[in-house]
Amino acid sequence: MNSGDYLQMLRLAAPETIVTVTMLLVLSADLTVLRGKSIAARFHCGALLSVLGCASAAIFAFTRHEQADLLNGILLVDPRTDFVKVAILALTIFTILISTSGKFTDHVGEYLSLILLGTIGLMFLVSAGDLLMIFVSLELASLALYILTAFNKRNEHSSEAALKYFLFGGMSAAFLLFGFSLLYGLSGSTNMTDIARSLAGKGLDPLLMVALVMTVIGFGFKVAAVPFHLWAPDAYEGAPTPSAAFIGAGSKVASFFILAKILAVGFAGTEGSAVAHGCIAGWTPVVAVIAALSMVLGNLTAIVQSSVKRLLAYSAIAHAGYMLLGVLSNTDASRSAMMFYVITYGVTVIGAFGVVAVVEEATGGDALKNFAGLSRRAPLLSLCLLVFLLSLGGIPPLAGFIGKFFLFSATVAADGNNLGLLWLVILAIAMSAVSFYYYLLVLKQAYVEDAAKDAPAIRVPVVTTLALVLLAALVILFGCAPSLLARFLV
Amino acid sequence: MLAWTIYISFLGVLALMLLPRDNARAARIVALLTAIVGCAIAFVGSIQLAQQGNVGEAATIVKTAWIPALGATYYLAADGISLVLVVLTGLAAIAGILFSWNVEKRTKEFFAFYLALIGGVYGVFLSFDVLLLFVFYELTIIPKYFLIARWGSTRKEYGAMKLALYSFVGSHLVLIGLIAAWVVARGQLGHPSLDLVVLSEQVRFPASFQHWVFPLVFIGFGILAGMWPFHTWAPTGHVAAPTAGSMLLAGVVMKLGAYGCLRVAMVMFPEGAREWQWAMAALAVIGIIYGAGVALVQRDFKFVIGYSSVSHMGFVLLGLATLNTIGLDGAVLQMFSHGIIAGLLFAVVGRMVYDRTHTRDFNDLEKMNLGKLLPFAGVTFTIAGVASMGLPGFSGFVAEFQVLIGAWQVFPKMTILAGVGIVVGVAYTLRALQKAFYSDTPTAAQDGHDHHDDHPLDPISGPERVGAVMLIAASLVIGLFPTLLMDWIEPCFKSALFARLLNGGGQ
Repeated sequence: MNSGDYLQMLRLAAPETIVTVTMLLVLSADLTVLRGKSIAARFHCGALLSVLGCASAAIFAFTRHEQADLLNGILLVDPRTDFVKVAILALTIFTILISTSGKFTDHVGEYLSLILLGTIGLMFLVSAGDLLMIFVSLELASLALYILTAFNKRNEHSSEAALKYFLFGGMSAAFLLFGFSLLYGLSGSTNMTDIARSLAGKGLDPLLMVALVMTVIGFGFKVAAVPFHLWAPDAYEGAPTPSAAFIGAGSKVASFFILAKILAVGFAGTEGSAVAHGCIAGWTPVVAVIAALSMVLGNLTAIVQSSVKRLLAYSAIAHAGYMLLGVLSNTDASRSAMMFYVITYGVTVIGAFGVVAVVEEATGGDALKNFAGLSRRAPLLSLCLLVFLLSLGGIPPLAGFIGKFFLFSATVAADGNNLGLLWLVILAIAMSAVSFYYYLLVLKQAYVEDAAKDAPAIRVPVVTTLALVLLAALVILFGCAPSLLARFLV
Repeated sequence: MLAWTIYISFLGVLALMLLPRDNARAARIVALLTAIVGCAIAFVGSIQLAQQGNVGEAATIVKTAWIPALGATYYLAADGISLVLVVLTGLAAIAGILFSWNVEKRTKEFFAFYLALIGGVYGVFLSFDVLLLFVFYELTIIPKYFLIARWGSTRKEYGAMKLALYSFVGSHLVLIGLIAAWVVARGQLGHPSLDLVVLSEQVRFPASFQHWVFPLVFIGFGILAGMWPFHTWAPTGHVAAPTAGSMLLAGVVMKLGAYGCLRVAMVMFPEGAREWQWAMAALAVIGIIYGAGVALVQRDFKFVIGYSSVSHMGFVLLGLATLNTIGLDGAVLQMFSHGIIAGLLFAVVGRMVYDRTHTRDFNDLEKMNLGKLLPFAGVTFTIAGVASMGLPGFSGFVAEFQVLIGAWQVFPKMTILAGVGIVVGVAYTLRALQKAFYSDTPTAAQDGHDHHDDHPLDPISGPERVGAVMLIAASLVIGLFPTLLMDWIEPCFKSALFARLLNGGGQ
């Protein structure tokens, strides 16, 4: 490899490099110049730096139109992966903005740089076309997420949640690695395209089936699909709220993107079929079962939650179920629809967690009753909450509704006029009607119940307000004019 | 021009949100102005459109690309049926605000939700793109919920949640049908489309497909139209709602359901409609009789009106089930007529009586001698009552009469049963009138323990009188000159849109 190749590598990985440099800058600035300043000042300066770095990386990725495959699948660059990276960077920016008013830690520089480190992992994950690269970048992102979960050292739930997340995550990594090693053994390659080529026509032999199931299990943990979801409620509840937002938004986007890629490219030829009257063994029926379980269990369990963060965790499980529909339909249209859904979901869920963070700060908890009378105590904040939760519930004209329509119509259309996958869509729509109930419970607290008599107005920090209003505007914009986002995902 | 009915309502919402928090007077005036302007646009726009050409054909108002990937367009249009309902919405919106002039608690938010609901309703009646229609349809659910849960009475949170969940389940049934229809239509057309005209004129959904998708979509919309046995949200919702809420629920929101049944379910899946014609009619007739029967034995004044709505909406559904021109004419006219009359009835019960006496129990009302204390309310309810019974001269007569003629041609036996429903209707209305206003039982003063005379009831206020006169006038005008609206409705059923539904499966 000569120096020209290195230069090219640097050019192709420029967005990641920019974020890495930013991360080091943030860390060193916080340890040197900002030492001794107040936490709020450190948070704001660090956030400014990080946002600038992420924004320039995003602009770079957005404006270049490159198509390249570096070192046989180590780094795949094309407009599509670039756009997904832009989305991840945008979600990271919003996550950082809503964490600026946080009081859960003194280690501001470390916190911000871990978020950036996680982002770098996710960006590499999106570009990966090789099993090893997938594993390494997934672990990079996950390790950052474990630490971010544990970051509130004053709260023992935070450590408990992180330990649980870490143990489950470690297990899932082992499953994933085992699956990958079987794949390597069967095909003699770690490149996804090569694997598909060498497995083509061999059918579904038992060892491949094991590899498939292991891979699905590994990713099932990452995206918190039933029955691999047990870590999620505790992690969401215990983690500092911005960390939970990061787990729920940015990491979902990358995980779903790569999961769809592995299954569609790496396991090409072993799809099977999940249609109602003609199920054929393969990966689609496996994913179909997981999707159905996630939708049902996630939504039904969310109903009985009294903590809003746990409620959002179960709703995340349910949403993972909807997103899996886009994976198992296995058409280009369905994958585009899924990416639209995941990205808009990310935008929405960061907003929802942002509101929860403010309420938690002001009232000391995230129980349903802490939201009572929010519409009087903080009108703008509760209007944003209304937008986010209704979008999650799938009320038009918000992004969540259009996302569902894209996703469900693409799923049904995947089987042509036979409507073979309609059973899954019917289940999804029925469950989405259930979900409306628990979102409405939260909104009922905010808009119908009265706050305690002496409850003061809630002061919302300026940066947070700005971020939340922007997020709510995006949710409405993507709902009313979805083509603005959808055209980049085709 | 008609599109501005939608925009002006949402602009009103924005204006209200910007008002200072405690200025209730300003909020009322802004809301009333918005509603009046909306209604004026509805009237002028409708008349203009009617003069321009054939109201039977959908006249395009706006049509631009919206989501090309789905074939969805921002397509607002109106034919005669839309015009009738848009005018109804305009009237009901003004009346509702006049009858909630006394809302003091968080006035600004109340009217913001109110106008958002109105905007959504206008949107449904003007949408000719199925997805757009669905968007507006679901948009109305949220304001309804908050209006009831926050400003309602009797078991308001239960009633509100029940209404919201029923609506949401109904609209999700519709959503399943829409997505399936979208896929099948795309297969036939070769490109995606959600245009109502294209879907109903150019696409032929296979009979086996219509067989299951029609009941799904019809029931989905029918839930909101108060179709038995999915009507149970209606009485509890109406009772729990604040006066303006129940006026709108009965006045226009139930029409959304019936309109969806006609515009989407029946027009897109005509063969399914023919196949399920008898089931539709049977459910409608059961609704008519059941609603009337239950209304007859209620102790709560508002429940009587709530169940009467179920019964009257049964006539709309029966009219739809006839699948002949005269029955459908009657159904659409009945939507208008019931919107006006039910609004008036709820106004009397909720605003004139309940807000003053704080009870709706007949046993209490009997003792109060309201006919003397509130003569205006007594007279208004008498007029509204006879209009609701279907006395000639009021709009209800023309509408129900046409429905019955249409139904007689198809299912005579069931028509007789529906006629029985009308008789029971007379009974429960007279019973309510007698118990609430003109009771013979000794008044409380004579009983010896009276607390009402100490606090004389407020006289009927100006806004209430204006609202009541307006609604009575509307019902009378249409009763005496039904051609005003029939000229808009009739041509619609001769248009290509309804050709397949009415011509029994030909081309």
